[in-house]
Amino acid sequence: MNATLGYSLILLGLACAVFAAVVGITSGLMRREGALKWVQGGMYGYAAAMIGSNLVMVKALLEHDFSVKYVAEHGSRSTPTIFTIVSLWSALEGSILFWGAIMGGYLLAFTLVYRKEHGRYMQLSLGVMAAVATFFAFLIAGPAQPWWIGKFWEIPLRIATDGPGPNALLQNHPLMIIHPPMLYLGYVGMTVPFGIAAGALLRGELGDAWLVPLRKWTLVPWMFLSIGIILGGWWAYAVLGWGGYWAWDPVENASFMPWLTATAFMHSTMVLERKKSLKLWTIALALGSFVLTILGTFMTRSGVFNSVHAFTQSDIGPTFLVFIAIILVFSVALLTARGHLLVAESRLTTLWSREGSILVNNLVFVAITFTVLLGTLYPLITEALQQKKISVGEPYFNAMALPLGLLMLFLMGVGPVLPWGASDPKVVRDQFTIPAAVGVVTSGLCFAFGFRGFLPLLEFGLAAFVTVVTCRELFLPAQQRMTEQKESFMTAMVRSATRSRRRFGGYVVHLGIVAIITAVAASSAYKVHNSGTLKQGEVLALGEWKVRFDGLVNGTEANRRYLGANVTVIAPNGTESAHHELGAPRMNFYMTQNEPVGSPMVQEMVFRDVYVSLLSFDEKANTASFNAWVFPLVGWIWYAIPILVLGTLIALWPQRKQGFATAPAQAVPSGSTP
Amino acid sequence: MKPELRNRLLAVGALAVAGTALGFIALGNMGENLVYYWSPSDMLAQGEKAYGPTIRLGGIVVPGSIQFNSAHTALTFQVANDRKPDAPKVDVKCDEVPPQMFREGIGVVVEGTWDSSKVFKSNRLMVNHSNEYRPPKEGEDRKEWEKKYLGDPQAQR
Repeated sequence: MNATLGYSLILLGLACAVFAAVVGITSGLMRREGALKWVQGGMYGYAAAMIGSNLVMVKALLEHDFSVKYVAEHGSRSTPTIFTIVSLWSALEGSILFWGAIMGGYLLAFTLVYRKEHGRYMQLSLGVMAAVATFFAFLIAGPAQPWWIGKFWEIPLRIATDGPGPNALLQNHPLMIIHPPMLYLGYVGMTVPFGIAAGALLRGELGDAWLVPLRKWTLVPWMFLSIGIILGGWWAYAVLGWGGYWAWDPVENASFMPWLTATAFMHSTMVLERKKSLKLWTIALALGSFVLTILGTFMTRSGVFNSVHAFTQSDIGPTFLVFIAIILVFSVALLTARGHLLVAESRLTTLWSREGSILVNNLVFVAITFTVLLGTLYPLITEALQQKKISVGEPYFNAMALPLGLLMLFLMGVGPVLPWGASDPKVVRDQFTIPAAVGVVTSGLCFAFGFRGFLPLLEFGLAAFVTVVTCRELFLPAQQRMTEQKESFMTAMVRSATRSRRRFGGYVVHLGIVAIITAVAASSAYKVHNSGTLKQGEVLALGEWKVRFDGLVNGTEANRRYLGANVTVIAPNGTESAHHELGAPRMNFYMTQNEPVGSPMVQEMVFRDVYVSLLSFDEKANTASFNAWVFPLVGWIWYAIPILVLGTLIALWPQRKQGFATAPAQAVPSGSTP
Repeated sequence: MKPELRNRLLAVGALAVAGTALGFIALGNMGENLVYYWSPSDMLAQGEKAYGPTIRLGGIVVPGSIQFNSAHTALTFQVANDRKPDAPKVDVKCDEVPPQMFREGIGVVVEGTWDSSKVFKSNRLMVNHSNEYRPPKEGEDRKEWEKKYLGDPQAQR
């Protein structure tokens, strides 16, 4: 019953998507704008069918309807309800089904927001988005269908009474509830800017009307992608127990690359809107971000990569490769055919200007993307050509990303100070004096307090430099209002922020990024590691911190039993904090799975984490072996999430209507000079 | 030549040079940081060419070969291609505490280096989880391993 209903809804969604794509693109190319409402109808139908189908799957999971293939493979009666719902995205078929729902949500939102908009490029854009939706609906209906066991016309002979439940690693931590949806919201959302850009290019009307939607609808998935990437790192850190959050795993890279190009896009679009140059480049970035998200999906879901994320092998790989080839050819053809319309209206005169610094910023982003792509695909290529199995080690990525990342940090400090167009060197120099001095003093102070190493000290100095520049940009307009208009601090802040939301939001995001880069630098340069086997009462030293083993413990929870090693963390001043029973580093034994899953203990503090992971134990001898670390500042990587979200929301918040109608370009206020 | 065209050529030229330089650096850097996936027989077949680079050696822990030193800090064992008694073997010395799953006959991947001493020195030991997360098969008693790790459930509090 559930299977029939769910599958019918998928077929309905597929039909709606095909309809919207065909009608949208053909009528758009023939300039029959009356057809827009048909396209919109198709979009609504697709969204309703996809979301409905997902609800049916959730219902089947909750009812433990083991006649549904996906439930039989990934459901279990012993799994807690919340994780039963989460199983929807815990494996391949379910996650692709879930993609369909998110795609439906995005298309519904986009169609609704612009429902009053005149046809023009809109129906072409909707058509292109519907074409992408068609591909995913086809995957769910065919190669990755989650409904039927065996052939769909056969009635299964034997319906299981219980299933294995979702992958134990995914049940092991609540972060898994939100990490995948965030990432999917980021991935799927890139379809919308792709559709907008492709629609405008197909139509051949490349005025300004579509630039604001393009930017805003890139910002939305960008925000989710940022959250998803960081949460993924946090999950790896809190669950996998190897004491890291990022390993340049192909799947991590796959999510990082579109983030890089989308970030580059967000900067170059300022040059496009303001100076009417970098047009082709900016559009190429928008299209490229989408291609990279599809490539990322392929990497995550095809099983061609050796990865912690390759939970399932599947045969959807070839279908994906064909799709990637189609959108690549389509994008290149569009850019070639319309390239002559994308001519710059102003020229770059000097690199020492806002647009110059943004150009360099873009080159650096693309350079990082290129090196990451090269390192990720290289093993695939050698394996295909020479049948040799190799992988590119972490040192390659670190060696490439470190200098480029520091350059990026430097640009974050330089860019905001430089004015648009030509700059007066003396004014610029004066603006740099204080921030640069603060940067040098910060590095010096860190050195004086005993921190060593050229790169981390350079990073701290640069971070201070960028922070001073950014805070000045954030507070200076408010300060001016306070003196000139006699406003209170809060009023002045709110007024100056609302008058240039995008700029203000952008700088808030910059502060979050500075926090992340600093946390990465500090936690990797100054971590303390030790490992060893302890008898009860013995102590493992971690620099000034200590970990004492207090004995083994075991217990039972709803879906698992565990064996833990009670430990006490002893701070340098002698304060003891016990991590016993449920809080201990432990091994979880899931009722329905064969192998134990480790779960580390993390004592999170503002300036450092103490991280203890249980490697093995011996009950007879009452000993346990631990891997333990102290990571300075590491938590700031995830504490930065709210800062990024706040900044993005400020930038996304709509300007007042009249501002829009008179001059959309006003969204970019003039440079920083007071 | 028109100045615009010259500027454009200059820009394209500069980009090409920068791109080539980046590619060159990246490829050179990558060459130094390649990690090879080899089975014991693959690695032995490479002869002296296998000395030096980082290798991930994958295979089966030979039953009876696991030995700890007296302080329980260093571990030696043998990794073989497969479970056959005459399969090619490599001696491995590992200075990491092995995970709980580590035992005789299990699939492992050890990362490290190989040299003329004919002992593979590893600082990273990973136990091959079976790729599929599956429930116990019929006839396979889950209670067995549960008992082994956790003791008898009835005996618990």
